[in-house]
Amino acid sequence: MPETTTAEPTATAAVGIQQLSMQQALNRALDEILADHPKTVIFGEDCGQLGGVFRITDGLQAKHGEGRVFDTPLAESGILGMSVGLAMAGFHPIPEVQFDGFAYPAINQIVCQIARMNYRSRGTLPMPITLRVPSFGGIRAPEHHGESLEALFAHVPGLKVVSPSNPHDAYHLLKYAATRPDPVIFMEPKSRYWQKGPVDVASADANTAAHDGGTDDAGSLTGARVAREGRHLTLVAWGAMVSRCLQVAELAAEDGIDIEVLDLRWLKPIDAEALATSVGKTRRAVVVHEAPLTSGLGAEVAQLITQSCFATLKAPVERVTGFDVPYPSGDLEDEYIPNIDRILFGIQRVLEYRRG
Amino acid sequence: MTIKAVQGAVDDDAAPLTHDQLRELYTLMAAVRHLDTAAVAWQRQGIIPGYAPELGQEAAQVGSGYAVDRTRDFVFPTYREMGVARAMGLDMVGYMSTHKATWHGGMYNPLESRFAPIQAVVAGSVLHAVGWAHGQTLGGAQDTGVAMTYFGDGASSQGDVHEAMNFAAVMKAPVVFFVQNNGWAISVPTERQVAGGSVAARAAGYGIPSLQVDGNDVVAVYEATRSAFAHCRAGNGPVVIEAMTYRRGPHSTADDPGRYRTLDEERLGAGEDPLERFKQRLLADGVADEAFFAEAQRKAEEEEESIRAGIADLGPRPGAEMFSLVFQEPTPALQSQATEWRKESEHA
Repeated sequence: MPETTTAEPTATAAVGIQQLSMQQALNRALDEILADHPKTVIFGEDCGQLGGVFRITDGLQAKHGEGRVFDTPLAESGILGMSVGLAMAGFHPIPEVQFDGFAYPAINQIVCQIARMNYRSRGTLPMPITLRVPSFGGIRAPEHHGESLEALFAHVPGLKVVSPSNPHDAYHLLKYAATRPDPVIFMEPKSRYWQKGPVDVASADANTAAHDGGTDDAGSLTGARVAREGRHLTLVAWGAMVSRCLQVAELAAEDGIDIEVLDLRWLKPIDAEALATSVGKTRRAVVVHEAPLTSGLGAEVAQLITQSCFATLKAPVERVTGFDVPYPSGDLEDEYIPNIDRILFGIQRVLEYRRG
Repeated sequence: MTIKAVQGAVDDDAAPLTHDQLRELYTLMAAVRHLDTAAVAWQRQGIIPGYAPELGQEAAQVGSGYAVDRTRDFVFPTYREMGVARAMGLDMVGYMSTHKATWHGGMYNPLESRFAPIQAVVAGSVLHAVGWAHGQTLGGAQDTGVAMTYFGDGASSQGDVHEAMNFAAVMKAPVVFFVQNNGWAISVPTERQVAGGSVAARAAGYGIPSLQVDGNDVVAVYEATRSAFAHCRAGNGPVVIEAMTYRRGPHSTADDPGRYRTLDEERLGAGEDPLERFKQRLLADGVADEAFFAEAQRKAEEEEESIRAGIADLGPRPGAEMFSLVFQEPTPALQSQATEWRKESEHA
């Protein structure tokens, strides 16, 4: 089935809405951040002349100078440790680790330093760092080039975590995150970099309905987003899994099952209210994520739903996730990442659940 | 010869220290010695739960800290830089509050004092110094501020030190890497900790000029540090200073050095006491007399009493700070945890 996000601009598209890939949307956001905020600096491996391996920083060095956008030596702990010092000196660093798995060598700087410096210094040394992490699998990359670290990051006190699922949100969430005074881990779904969708650069709130056929609830950048409205069950997802869940919802609709898709967007803080509202209405929920099952973020989401909706839930919250195995090689990726069938099975388990 | 240039030359045509400055250095060292010794006693008396003493490192710390220009430089310590803090004029109750377990990073203001929060992950802050220093050069200013980062021979085994030196050299960041080689990383001696002979020798691999200095000679340490600052300010990139000293006491108040070295070995390894050695030099040069030393000691005792009183007066921090200082913009979940905590601990 065709991706709704790749659809041509419709006649109803408002002026100012552009069809951009997520890569283009992120690039444009960074460009504008650099122009609007003189203390912003972007750096990492290959961020300068090359424009990053995914070209997210393409052309930014030429336009803004080598002082604002620069290449670093190949050392993730160095990149993140350097970010701490730059933040202490009053800068707003937007470092990049080239691939998710390479955040591991920097975990000490992320967890022990970036996440704690505001606390350690009693609020005198804020860490306005936006760490861009090309995240998740789906591109058949080598080992360590596709990982789902959201639970690890979200578990660390002092960090905030966000993952956009479409170009519009990517543009606005990055601009929002990069101007916050706290550290934000910005998890970019790399398998979605080349998918186009409408981006309304003028409005952070509007247009969320247009790109995947759903409607937006509050439209606030600080919370979740209803990507598709439905009555029978809520699929909760984020990042790359959102578009897959939307596909599943379309297929289920053919069988008369009306599925709501909640794009969580923020993985810390999680929009508990949006979960309560959505599942309060549908009374059934399935959480979908690429990360391993055990101690994954799905458990956190399920608990939040249980707390707010226990009395009205018609079935326990299900999880459809990756498995408790290291992220497998490209040939096995399709078996590991929740696919349409596995998500449908999850939905079926919830729908067919009978008490006692 | 107390300063040995391991590689590269560092320009320094600054005037020698005046007699007043020499006396000030001694006063600082005496204050640090007394406060350090007292802090160990405070721990034994139950006033503080723990402390990391620096007995024998007074010259390395005071000499280097004295070279810092607090209007533009920034220091990145670990947890054993009390002497640097004192030489830079920090609020010492705020400093000691870390050891009182009042607040991890200390209660002083790092921005005003130009002294980053105390921290336990050795080598972690070495990279912060590089980032801060690179920020100075991004401003394009001449006579830039310099970052000085402190770490020990043990910390030099951490990968972050390698990454920091490499980054700083590649970016020509104005950083002084100040290594206090105190002979021990808790129980492991330098020869089983540092390959390649010395930390200063490693600098050659990064093309960074380095100095090895007698860390028990406060004037030599000061001059080496001043030279390094001049080198950095002139836009020549980083410098490594390795101050060869000796940690005479335990690693911390929980350590038992008797398990890994004998008192005889300690006496042999420690060499001359830096404080006594400086005293004899000032006497011999006619810079100070016995009355001055007695007065320095009296002032040190007075200072320690006032800090001890300040520490004793430090009550526990309000529990709400635990929640309110995590973020600049707290999350709803954290706010509700704080509310719940207030309710359940009846503080509301």
